Amino acid sequence: MYDIQDYQEALTLSEAAETLARNPRMRIIAGGTDLLIKLHGGQIEAAELLSIRKIEALSHIEKMPDGAIGIGPLATFTQITQDPVIKTDIPILAEAAVSMGGPQIRNIATIGGNVCNGATSADSASSLLALEAELTLISSRGTRVLPISEFYLGPGKVDLRAGELLTEIRILPQHYVGFGGHYIKFAMRKAMDIATLGVAVLCKLETGNILAEVKIGLGVAGPTPLRCLEAEAYAAGKVISMDVLNEVGRLAIRSAKARTSWRASKEYREHLIQELVPRALREAIVQAGGGEIA
Amino acid sequence: MAYTIVGKSVPRVDAVAKVTGKAKYTDDFFERDMLVGKVLRSPYAHALVKHIDTTKAKELPGVKAVLTYHDVPQIRFATAGHPFNLDPSHQDKADRLILTDKARFVGDAVAAVVAMDELIAEEALRLIEVEYEELEALLTPEAAMKEGAPLIHEDCPHNILSDRGFWMGNLEEAFLAADTMVEGEYETSMVQHCHLENHISYAYVDAHDRIVIVTSTQIPHIVRRIVGQALGIPWGRVRVIKPYVGGGFGAKQDACLEPLTAAMTLAVGGQPVKLNYSREECMIDTRRRHDFKFKMKSALTKDGKILGMHIQAISNTGAYASHGHSIAGAGGSKFRYLYAIPAIKYEPKTVYTNLPVAGAMRGYGSPQMVYALECHIEDIAKKLNLDPIEIRQKNLIEIGHVDPLSQNKIMSSGIRECIDKGKALIRWEAKKEGYRQQMGDKRRGLGMAAFSYASGTHPVGLEIAGARIVLNQDGSVQLQIGATEIGQGSDTVFAQMVAEVLGLPMDRVHVVSEQDTDLTPFDTGAYASRQTYISGMAVKKAAEEIKAKILDFTWGMTDIPAHALDLKGQNVVYKHSGEVVIPLEDVALSTYYDTVFAQPITSDVSNNARVNAVPYGVTFAEVEVDLKTGKIEILEIYNVHDSGTIVNPLMAEGQVHGGVSMGIGYALSEQLLFDPKTGKPLNNNLLDYKLPTIMDTPEIGVAFVETHEPTGSFGVKSLGEPPALSPAPAIRNAVLDATGVAFNQLPMNPQRVFEKLKQAGLI
Repeated sequence: MYDIQDYQEALTLSEAAETLARNPRMRIIAGGTDLLIKLHGGQIEAAELLSIRKIEALSHIEKMPDGAIGIGPLATFTQITQDPVIKTDIPILAEAAVSMGGPQIRNIATIGGNVCNGATSADSASSLLALEAELTLISSRGTRVLPISEFYLGPGKVDLRAGELLTEIRILPQHYVGFGGHYIKFAMRKAMDIATLGVAVLCKLETGNILAEVKIGLGVAGPTPLRCLEAEAYAAGKVISMDVLNEVGRLAIRSAKARTSWRASKEYREHLIQELVPRALREAIVQAGGGEIA
Repeated sequence: MAYTIVGKSVPRVDAVAKVTGKAKYTDDFFERDMLVGKVLRSPYAHALVKHIDTTKAKELPGVKAVLTYHDVPQIRFATAGHPFNLDPSHQDKADRLILTDKARFVGDAVAAVVAMDELIAEEALRLIEVEYEELEALLTPEAAMKEGAPLIHEDCPHNILSDRGFWMGNLEEAFLAADTMVEGEYETSMVQHCHLENHISYAYVDAHDRIVIVTSTQIPHIVRRIVGQALGIPWGRVRVIKPYVGGGFGAKQDACLEPLTAAMTLAVGGQPVKLNYSREECMIDTRRRHDFKFKMKSALTKDGKILGMHIQAISNTGAYASHGHSIAGAGGSKFRYLYAIPAIKYEPKTVYTNLPVAGAMRGYGSPQMVYALECHIEDIAKKLNLDPIEIRQKNLIEIGHVDPLSQNKIMSSGIRECIDKGKALIRWEAKKEGYRQQMGDKRRGLGMAAFSYASGTHPVGLEIAGARIVLNQDGSVQLQIGATEIGQGSDTVFAQMVAEVLGLPMDRVHVVSEQDTDLTPFDTGAYASRQTYISGMAVKKAAEEIKAKILDFTWGMTDIPAHALDLKGQNVVYKHSGEVVIPLEDVALSTYYDTVFAQPITSDVSNNARVNAVPYGVTFAEVEVDLKTGKIEILEIYNVHDSGTIVNPLMAEGQVHGGVSMGIGYALSEQLLFDPKTGKPLNNNLLDYKLPTIMDTPEIGVAFVETHEPTGSFGVKSLGEPPALSPAPAIRNAVLDATGVAFNQLPMNPQRVFEKLKQAGLI
């Protein structure tokens, strides 16, 4: 039995924005796969819920004429996993999406919820960071657009202001065209699990064996999902070799803020970063048209 | 032996009911004005309850009752699901109150609320004010046994619940005669059953002032007795009903919540009250498996013959005894049927700690013992530079062996054939050859482990079982058993046995699946892998009695002597030729309506089995270890079982799949974790407790070596628990083969493997 005091459904964006403006205590519910667990666990009491599930304009996945890919926050993980645009242009997001939960959860959980819940372990987060996604947020006060890297403020804390609603996740062409990518979810189980480490790596090659650009997003490597800017800067312009890859892995640790918990030790988490970042990069290179590294 | 229905993969009798949702589980029943019960749990691992103020909780609208230890009988009772023992010195340890005035683990029940709904009940729990006096929390057996440690239960010095072991043969002589000694230490983890259906029960007082409890249990007749004892009322005033049950694995071989549910209904004048534990509650306040630490020391000849073994074990039983006093003993007895070890000294200590209560869980001490033993045998083989399979073969027990302590006699054994079959299935020789020279980050290896077990508890426990059969007017029958179907398939197996004896098709045998202590024959329930073997004897006996009565009645109708008759294909036939004498339906109709001789045919039997049969088996596993991440992947795994005659091969295979999957979780990922300072549970939910999913479970190969056990009806031996026994050590031995590193602690999860490989210089 859930402690739900009020439940309303918005049919349009403006209705949702107005309802939120009237009652800022309302929490937005979409798939509910995070929220209901918090209710069950008592982290949220006497919930007042605003459902946005019926707002049709929020579940789109489309490619604009300029090549930008827009993803509505209500797009489910199943939808993302199967969408032809995502599978063709940004398969790294499909890889992340299919690693989340199990089929039933993927059928109901939304990408907007995954982002707004603010967990460092969110399966879509490291890929969206590496893809430098932009978030469109609206409220009765207007619209703002901000890079996803600025959205994460702390553990479970995001820059979603009172009355605000996420309406689109947008990936610009300069951030994915010509890139190859790979996502590794390292978890204790192959399904229904929380990542011990999520590693998303995108790379672009020059003349076949030079790394033109590398982007690395990590989940569960710190209190929020994060980019490994130092390792990325090092990689740019390097001729591909196992030594370079290993150095990228080593430098990636410097951006991480791993800590010891009962789930895993800092030492083990950092070892995994050092090991899995090069593994993901190796595969990303192949996806970008490069060769296998012996 | 050729049977018609025994040995066939007939569909489960409850399959349609379960997949259509028509099967009713405890939570599917509704009583008018049913209230909801909730439990207030101690936040401290060890604390005295100094004062409880329930005033505010009682004032909350919708609250019907608030109970504390003041409101429950001050009678200590035992919860273990054992048959009652008439000898007081062998009775279970009575160390529990329905609600306690001393919290002994985080989650111990100190108060309870009965309210109109769940939210009100939860609100009321928050309004109960408890004043605790914290005591030192003893969170390891070592801390609990140290001099001067506070006593968790006043009557158990050093917090030792039991230290009953055994010795056989002359160990000192064996040690003197040895060419080599091998020692090892092995440690298992705390795991939980994770049965699909959580613990749930509801209770009310009926019009005759009797307490009716509907509950998800493996042991309805035992629960009746325990509730009677806990409340200090005549046992006959309690009626226990067991509907469909969604799994138990031993966690429901215990009276976990029925006494409290009964106390709750009594507190509200007999109005129905439902107590439905959440998964989080279930994982800390029902039961878990004992974690063991073993020290083993073996005396060997240089060619690998085991002369003697010294086993020391520490078993962590947690806050209350439950089955704790029996489990170390059971683990120490069932492995003795595997290897002919002339001298064994077994010294277990079962220790109370301020952690959740350990009890029965699939294997009952044997998963721990088989793990330690089969790791140890592997270590012996390595040290003596002998083939690990040959050393096992060299020491196997033969048919005819009589265990000097239990007096159980081995009358059938397919262990050698199991080993041969497993070896062939996994292509042992070829793969071993291929993996000799491995480089790189991923290494493969092969391992195996063997086990022996038992069928029921004789001679330690009483093995009584009851069955009742009624012949209907149309020649079909109803079968009632005291044995409980909890998902393992016993109803189907019993129906097959009855169909076999009476020459009926399956659809003419109607099994009454529900147990009701008012109506059902007495049987102690589903545990110890006992039902097909033990309850099967009662079922066969009842069916044979029906058959004899039918043939006798037919004699009266036809003048053909009963001894010349048989039952086949729903007819009474001539035994010698099979020629039809009369349709069974005609006989059945006459038993009801013949104006002179009518006497409907029934049987109602009880069987006290004073025998035990030993099942055997092996696991063969192939693994790949990622040296860099510490992850272990099982590439192939086979379980080969000698469980006597296999009554239903498809269901038996399913039983093995479940057991192996449980064994894989035990080996690689499952572990209940607690804060080492406070004893607070860290992962009592299915996200953080790493029960393997189907994606983590490889294809499981299953094979049977069918022997004929003379003491079992139709030649059966047990299969319930055995599949879970040998996977963990087989996987460990495969990892040893792959990496050269011996992991002597469960589970072998990635971080632990990483740390150990790093220590070994492989990372």
